[in-house]
Amino acid sequence: MTPRAAGPMTLAQLSSGRRAVVAGLDGGRRLLARMVSLGFVPGVEVVMVQNPGRGALIVQIREARVALGRGEAHRILIAPARLPA
Amino acid sequence: MSFSGPAEIKVALAGPPNVGKSTVFNLLTGLHQHVGNWAGKTVERKEGTFPYGRTSFRVIDLPGTYSLTAASPEELIAREFIIRERPDLVVAVLNAALLEHGLYLVAELLSLRIPVVIGLNMMDVARKEGLAIEPGVLSAALGLPVVPMEASSRGGIKELVKAIAAAAEGGRIPEPQRPVIREDHRLVLDRTGRLLEGTDLEPYPRDWVALKILEGDEDISRKVAAAVPPGRWEEILALLKRHDDALVAVASGRYAWIERMTRAALVRPQTGPISLTHRLDRWLTHPFWGLLAFAAVMAAVFSLTYALGIPLQGFLEKSVIQGLQGLVGGWTASSPWWIRGALVEGILGGVGTLLTFLPILILFFGFTALLEDVGYLARSAFVMDRFMHAMRLHGKSCLPLIISFGCNVPGVLGTRIIESTRARLLTMFLIPLIPCTGRMAVIAFLAPLFFREQAALVAIGLILLALGLLFATGMIGGRLFFRQDAAPFIMELPLYHVPHPRTICDLVRRRSIEFVRKAVVVILPVSLAVWALSRFPEGRVESSYLAGFSRALEPAGTLMGFDWRLMVALFAGFIAKENSLAALAVLFGAGEGVALGDLIVSAYPPAVGLAFMASQLLFIPCAATVAAFKQESRSWRLTLFNVAYLFILSAAVGIAVYQAARRIL
Repeated sequence: MTPRAAGPMTLAQLSSGRRAVVAGLDGGRRLLARMVSLGFVPGVEVVMVQNPGRGALIVQIREARVALGRGEAHRILIAPARLPA
Repeated sequence: MSFSGPAEIKVALAGPPNVGKSTVFNLLTGLHQHVGNWAGKTVERKEGTFPYGRTSFRVIDLPGTYSLTAASPEELIAREFIIRERPDLVVAVLNAALLEHGLYLVAELLSLRIPVVIGLNMMDVARKEGLAIEPGVLSAALGLPVVPMEASSRGGIKELVKAIAAAAEGGRIPEPQRPVIREDHRLVLDRTGRLLEGTDLEPYPRDWVALKILEGDEDISRKVAAAVPPGRWEEILALLKRHDDALVAVASGRYAWIERMTRAALVRPQTGPISLTHRLDRWLTHPFWGLLAFAAVMAAVFSLTYALGIPLQGFLEKSVIQGLQGLVGGWTASSPWWIRGALVEGILGGVGTLLTFLPILILFFGFTALLEDVGYLARSAFVMDRFMHAMRLHGKSCLPLIISFGCNVPGVLGTRIIESTRARLLTMFLIPLIPCTGRMAVIAFLAPLFFREQAALVAIGLILLALGLLFATGMIGGRLFFRQDAAPFIMELPLYHVPHPRTICDLVRRRSIEFVRKAVVVILPVSLAVWALSRFPEGRVESSYLAGFSRALEPAGTLMGFDWRLMVALFAGFIAKENSLAALAVLFGAGEGVALGDLIVSAYPPAVGLAFMASQLLFIPCAATVAAFKQESRSWRLTLFNVAYLFILSAAVGIAVYQAARRIL
């Protein structure tokens, strides 16, 4: 695992095909409510399906596919995924 | 102890979007349905009944929601209904392939202390995704009845009805497992609950109110702040201050509960499934290929719609409407001119002609409903997202804009899917710039007259002009309206699946009925009024009020090369866009052997024709769209501003096109 230099990573920085665990959420109440109802809570594993580097991206969370804007993805903090058992 | 069941059992149908809830509703209630709106809202309310044994069940279809947090009007409606109307039970329709997702809503429902029956739909989809689900195990874990279903092939409906009836009989449902809240927040929750003691919170349950305050629910907080004794709300706020992460913590608690509930019942595939969705999305959401696919899909939809729809429209207009006009004209031959005119030209010519566009609309709605049902429409919102950002909107705004190519009215109504009010208003503002089938009909008629072989090129150029202006308007409007992006873009991409004809027919039917209702309720009086203006006082167009008005505007019209007849035609489009043609036919006295086309071509040079097509494309929206705009925006000011904006824009473009074209052509 490569150590990251500065600050926590956000979902927007996760490249396609990579896994991570949600570490925290940040945002207004409405955005938070929307995020948690679609499954984004600390501890949940996400797989980046498609992150073209700019614009909206797609993640797999549990069984669902969720599209979200880059701005929104920047508000989701992530940590390295647990190693597969 | 029951000697006869209660006369009527009230059942609410809840569930997230894309779970086949309306299919379940249709299967339960059949034709015994009533469709209306939720009081004071523009969200559709569907209600129906079905009998079972000696009991009648009334089913209310709640709007599709992921949760009950009041983050959208739909969520607020769903929870207010459950709290205020106290249905006897709630059926939660879930997508088995997204079980954990759906159970989030169930967790929220359970905190309202209402009996819940789970309809676990799309078991077939879950199987295809490689998921193994044991409904019996899930039911035992939850302590709730769980009915496996495949509603698209009617599977499980009988069992669901039985489960509903059993639950309604009061056959003792064991106390269900409810989510618990984390220890450190538990304390705050209890203290908040105690601070609410002695306050009348009817009809809201106190512990639920405490939970919602902890979650920071704006609606409930406002209500409680107004209800508690002075000073108490400040106490509550002080208590909550150190727990601003409570919303996420409460949600985490629910997911932990979901995890426990599904641990034994749900087996995921060992290898990462390369599902159909995964394979298709590799292309369809690709930054480049996805865009190309979108363009191809849209091109196919439009060419099919017009290739099949235009002949049908022509047939209806020629044989049905003109036939009826002949019949009615014959019956009323001896009545005064204005009775005959009102019936033949006002009603049949206005509303009747508009209704001939129904086949085109049905085709277009059919294709878009198909795309929506198989799951593609959400992808188109995704690939278009980056373009929408230039207008400070996001992908979801793309969907009502696409619908608007069929007809602006359902497009305006379709803006309801956008959560943020301001983004919704801006999208609505842009919709009239989308060329609808009515306006395209005018262009389809005029372009070949003036430009022969280049007609298609001219038509495409005009559409691109309208879309370019839409984009420019959106860029400016977005910057004036919003400091940053208007609304968060976060949406579920449903799994692709085989289309369900029933769901598609239902969608098409609803959108078509909306259109027909508008045509009759709004357009009938308006088209009579405009007809009257174009005939009174003497019964002749040339000396009518409308002609007088248009003549007064003729000096402005000359800048576009228009004479008063073209001005009348432009304004007549206010009834319905294709009415412009009908007006020209009346003004030129076309009929008996003289084709309107020949008369028009000999009257105007191509530059005038082009300017007319451009300005009618952008001219003020038709009456039905204006009415829908007012209804949805709830603002006369914005509605009138929209009309004024399009009026000025259309005049400016008309002048520019004419002045440029007459030098070139």
